[in-house]
Amino acid sequence: MPTKVEKDALTGTETTGHEWDGIKELNNPLPRWWLYIFYATIIFSVIWMLLYPSVPWLNGYFGGLLGYQQREVIEDQIGNARQAQAQFLDAIAESDLTALSEDPDLFQFALTGGEAAYNNNCAPCHGLGGAGQANYPVLADDVWLWGGSMEDIHHTLDVGVRWEENQDTRFSLMPAYGTLGIFDRDQIRDVANYVLTLSGQAAPDPEAAERGAALYAEQCALCHMDDGSGDRLQGSPALNDQLWLYGGELEEIMAQISAPRHGVMPAWGGRLDPATLNMLTLYVHSLGGGE
Amino acid sequence: MSLHDKAEKNVIWLVALTLVTVSIGGIVELVPLHTIDSTIEPVDGVRPYSPLELYGRDIYIREGCYNCHSQMIRPFRDEVERYGPYSLAAESMYDHPFQWGSKRTGPDLARVGGRYSNDWHALHMIDPRSVVPASIMPPYGFMAEREIEAEGFRAHLETLEFIGVPYSEEMLAAAEADLIAQATPDADTRDLLERYPRAVVGDLDGNPDAVTELDAIIAYLQILGRMVDFADYSTEDLIQ
Repeated sequence: MPTKVEKDALTGTETTGHEWDGIKELNNPLPRWWLYIFYATIIFSVIWMLLYPSVPWLNGYFGGLLGYQQREVIEDQIGNARQAQAQFLDAIAESDLTALSEDPDLFQFALTGGEAAYNNNCAPCHGLGGAGQANYPVLADDVWLWGGSMEDIHHTLDVGVRWEENQDTRFSLMPAYGTLGIFDRDQIRDVANYVLTLSGQAAPDPEAAERGAALYAEQCALCHMDDGSGDRLQGSPALNDQLWLYGGELEEIMAQISAPRHGVMPAWGGRLDPATLNMLTLYVHSLGGGE
Repeated sequence: MSLHDKAEKNVIWLVALTLVTVSIGGIVELVPLHTIDSTIEPVDGVRPYSPLELYGRDIYIREGCYNCHSQMIRPFRDEVERYGPYSLAAESMYDHPFQWGSKRTGPDLARVGGRYSNDWHALHMIDPRSVVPASIMPPYGFMAEREIEAEGFRAHLETLEFIGVPYSEEMLAAAEADLIAQATPDADTRDLLERYPRAVVGDLDGNPDAVTELDAIIAYLQILGRMVDFADYSTEDLIQ
């Protein structure tokens, strides 16, 4: 391409010297303000490279004159935040749980902290506000599988339920009466009919319920008790309260006798710190069913 | 003729100088990673994925889970408070490809392992809104129907071994048996757990009769973030 720089007659500015189909381009200088900012960013980047970790070497990297370490910074940030809350958190971690409610400030702090931890860690199964959902126990009512006192709730949180990694985990196991062949199909139906009467409901088949009573006394009462009141020490649910974890229809009860489902809850001790465990205990206890 | 003119008007110079410029960027980014060993923190516990976990990881990638879920907890206070200890380079050293990112339509999954029960994961995969009412995740119930294909899976491990994942001869030999055993109820998994500590074993998806893709994805999700015991390390140990 021919190059011929010439002065533009109208503006007096030189052209770039190129010509495309009779069109020429003015070679205006860059605006000063833009150019100086551009130079400033170059200088800024050099200073930044000197101050902060920047250039990798073959066996390491240039760490910067300020000695900045992101992992130290975050440790400080978390440490400072803990420090700011220490007067509450330390007291909560060490305090006797039942005594916590006597200090209104501490109590309020623990409830708020407990709610935050609950929404993050517990709500996916137990629902917001402990409302529960299908297959997961409600925490806002009076029915507890493993106990609803502060101490019981704290222990359940700490060791989990059927959480095999934790050796002290709460554990109960109901035999699979159908799968193992302990009951045949008719016997399961009989027992399920009887179980319905335990909670004051009419059995769909009263005669079956009568037959089921004997089987219940023989096989089920040891854990679920004669009156179906359950036993928290063994983790066996009450059957006399019309609240069913896995459904209260005859077929659903039969399925649970035949091949029981067992809920699993992670152990939160070790994963959450002692203060958070205490705050969670207090929050769950306050949801409505605390004993 | 200025230098600029020369570079732009002579095609040989143009190509040569372009190559020089681009390769400077490449060298600065790549060379140190091949020569420094300090990128990866010296922590214990990180192991290659078990065959079933690897199978689940393949499903994770196939279904594009990474489009909504990252696996990288950044060293910021809010992230550490919500998810747990920030992710280490060491934790994804056997990931090919890694699942880092910051696109979080769903939550970060770097420490989702052990946070929920296997049952919960099964329910959540089949119908996310049955356990998380506000979730916008699509259902993946079809995974429960699809049985995994064990045959030839050894080749997956061999490929990874070829690019540096330390699968032992023993692991390779048992690959296809381990793949099935990990999600089979009452299978003898002592050797498997020796090879792959902390792996979750048993019937994971609530269907004891088949090893399905749902088993695989649950096995994968349940190991995420659980290999390193952070109680053993202080910040000083983790600074490179």
